[in-house]
Amino acid sequence: MSNPENLGYTTDHEWVDLADPAAATVGVTKYAADALGDVVYVQLPEVGATLTTGEACGEIESTKSVSDLFAPADGVVVEINEAVVDTPELVNTDPFGDGWLFRVRVDGEPELLDAAAYAEHTKED
Amino acid sequence: MSTPSPLHSVHEALGASFTDFAGWSMPLRYGSELAEHKAVRTASGLFDLSHMGEIELTGPEAAQALDFALVGKLSAVKPGKARYTMICDAEGGVLDDLVVYRLAADKYMVVANASNAATVAAALRERAEGFAVEVNDRSAELALIAVQGPTSTAIIGSVTDADLDALAYYASVPSAIGGIDVLLARTGYTGEDGFEVYVDGAQAPRIWELLTEAGQEHGLLPAGLACRDTLRLEAGMPLYGNELSASFTPFDAGLGRVVKFEKPGGFVGKEALERRRDADVETKVLVGLVGSGKRAPRHGYAVVDAEGTQVGTVTSGALSPTLGHPIAMAYVPVAVSEPGTALSVDIRGTSAPVEVVKLPFYQRQA
Repeated sequence: MSNPENLGYTTDHEWVDLADPAAATVGVTKYAADALGDVVYVQLPEVGATLTTGEACGEIESTKSVSDLFAPADGVVVEINEAVVDTPELVNTDPFGDGWLFRVRVDGEPELLDAAAYAEHTKED
Repeated sequence: MSTPSPLHSVHEALGASFTDFAGWSMPLRYGSELAEHKAVRTASGLFDLSHMGEIELTGPEAAQALDFALVGKLSAVKPGKARYTMICDAEGGVLDDLVVYRLAADKYMVVANASNAATVAAALRERAEGFAVEVNDRSAELALIAVQGPTSTAIIGSVTDADLDALAYYASVPSAIGGIDVLLARTGYTGEDGFEVYVDGAQAPRIWELLTEAGQEHGLLPAGLACRDTLRLEAGMPLYGNELSASFTPFDAGLGRVVKFEKPGGFVGKEALERRRDADVETKVLVGLVGSGKRAPRHGYAVVDAEGTQVGTVTSGALSPTLGHPIAMAYVPVAVSEPGTALSVDIRGTSAPVEVVKLPFYQRQA
């Protein structure tokens, strides 16, 4: 599977698009979406919430399991994807696109994996 | 290393995700488990259940041996029919729930859950001692393929000469598919009409192929264990390890009807089960719970009463794909087990209101 080169990744299988650090987009990877199975519910942080890297900030629930969402960076939530709340299967159908979860005004420089390092990480999983 | 099913390469070619289940590597899903679930409710699903255990008992005293070994009265089952029953330990605890097919006057096939197949085979061997019967564990060599759903009759009807109108629910008949000998049974674990095909493992890929071809015009989708679990949950069917275990008797699970005390001779667990039947004690019973919203109560979550006291534990739960709301099963005290009782479930720190309902959650239109 191809992980877009322009994104940063976490070992918790989230991706971050830092093109605009004032509104960095966060989602889960295709690897995560495939492992979860059909996503039926997502609980996202509220707009204005302060995030701390590595701390749980929401939930993503599939038919078979529930997983925490972890903040991939320090910052403040500036927008959430209402479409994915209404239509959680977007996480499965377009994890790197319409299935994005929320946007963060990032504080500082988050430590993320590049696409190659993330691909290596999922190989070991 | 987990054991691959005889159909493993077929599943790989279909792009299945696999899961380790009771020592077997089995398909979890092929694509979307929700689509597979829906196919079973509205068309049909094709399942590989080769992990299930099959133990044959053959001999003039096969019926008597099973009457002693199991809680049911298997001697009363006519050849060609099947029965849902259980095997208990001496304390009445459930060792496994079983489907037993009577294949002939002197021949039965006991179908056990994969996780318990070895235990059941060993218990049957031990309990059959002194009876004129041979116990033969065929789990490793037999494959099991199920076609479940409203279009299953049309699919099976197009590949066999068997008279399906004459094949009642919980009956079986020796048949052939594409010239291959099979045992064709009208049984299942999905809450739909459906068939189960027992066949020699080496022939399983050909049977799968023939069923796939026959199913093309009937909406048949390959379906994995993920949807099998949500299907059985909607149908209110217990899963061993969740609703059933050696620490519960069949009565606790609301399945006391499977215990037949009126049979000649004793049976393993009889005294303990009589005590449980007659005991006037506060015990927990299995109930259905329904919620609202999208967050599902899951296995292990606490069930809480109006005063905030934990009264039970969820055994299985999911957001019902068919009904669209959360459903769960749980053991709760008799006092709060009446349908309509308001309880709540602690969903990871949030209290979610649920209502006790009668099982099953879903019943197909007859």
